[in-house]
Amino acid sequence: MLAAALIGILGGVLSGLFGVGGGIVFVPALALAAALSQVDAEATSLLAIIPVAFVGTLRQLRYGNVELRDGVLLGALAAAGSVGGVALANIVSGRALQLGFAALMVIVAVQMARRALRGGGGDREGERRDGSANPDRG
Amino acid sequence: MPRMAVGRTTKLAVIGTAAGLFSGLFGVGGGIVMVPLLVLWLGYDQRVATGTSLAAIVLIAAVGAATQLGYGTVKLDKGVLVGLPAIVGVLAGTWLQQRLSTRWLSLLFSVLLVAVAIDLVAK
Repeated sequence: MLAAALIGILGGVLSGLFGVGGGIVFVPALALAAALSQVDAEATSLLAIIPVAFVGTLRQLRYGNVELRDGVLLGALAAAGSVGGVALANIVSGRALQLGFAALMVIVAVQMARRALRGGGGDREGERRDGSANPDRG
Repeated sequence: MPRMAVGRTTKLAVIGTAAGLFSGLFGVGGGIVMVPLLVLWLGYDQRVATGTSLAAIVLIAAVGAATQLGYGTVKLDKGVLVGLPAIVGVLAGTWLQQRLSTRWLSLLFSVLLVAVAIDLVAK
């Protein structure tokens, strides 16, 4: 019970800091602390993510850190894409894909870290204030 | 800031679809894919990337949960048990994020990426 709450808080902090859903923490937490099966844990994690992401979005809106139209487009396509992903998972060999994806993530991590250390860090102050600094948005 | 006109919308579409595909394939959420691509490919500020990613995740999780509801796999009580404290967490996380430099955020995100990659391999 207490473990579930603590893990929930941790997942929320990760979500707020990094813009992820928190499923990486919620799924194992629900499987271990709440004794759910893997499938149930993943499904339940989705439910837990909704209010977390919603509240996080509201906070970030106040800070001027949300490109709302982009977010809606991303979300709509991702929701559709995940249906394809689930279908694909049943067809192709999972392990090779998993390893390939993991390798890709490490490469991206190195790129991000190098960029940050170079001092670039992706600071685009004009863009941060509001969406109007994007010249070519539709 | 000038940016190539090679369809910003097209890039967004690719990022969104990729995020969905990967999350459907591996159960690893959309944010871990969207945030770095928004930063590296679209030149998003790290914070704007996370904020926008969260907005997308609201939709992704809502559609996903609604789909799962039909299968009876969503355990409401357990979801509340984890989800309610997580709201406190996300308030703290977004607060903390405004106080960290973009450089530190990017570095910490890289660490998270590697951690998720290790977790994926260990599955």
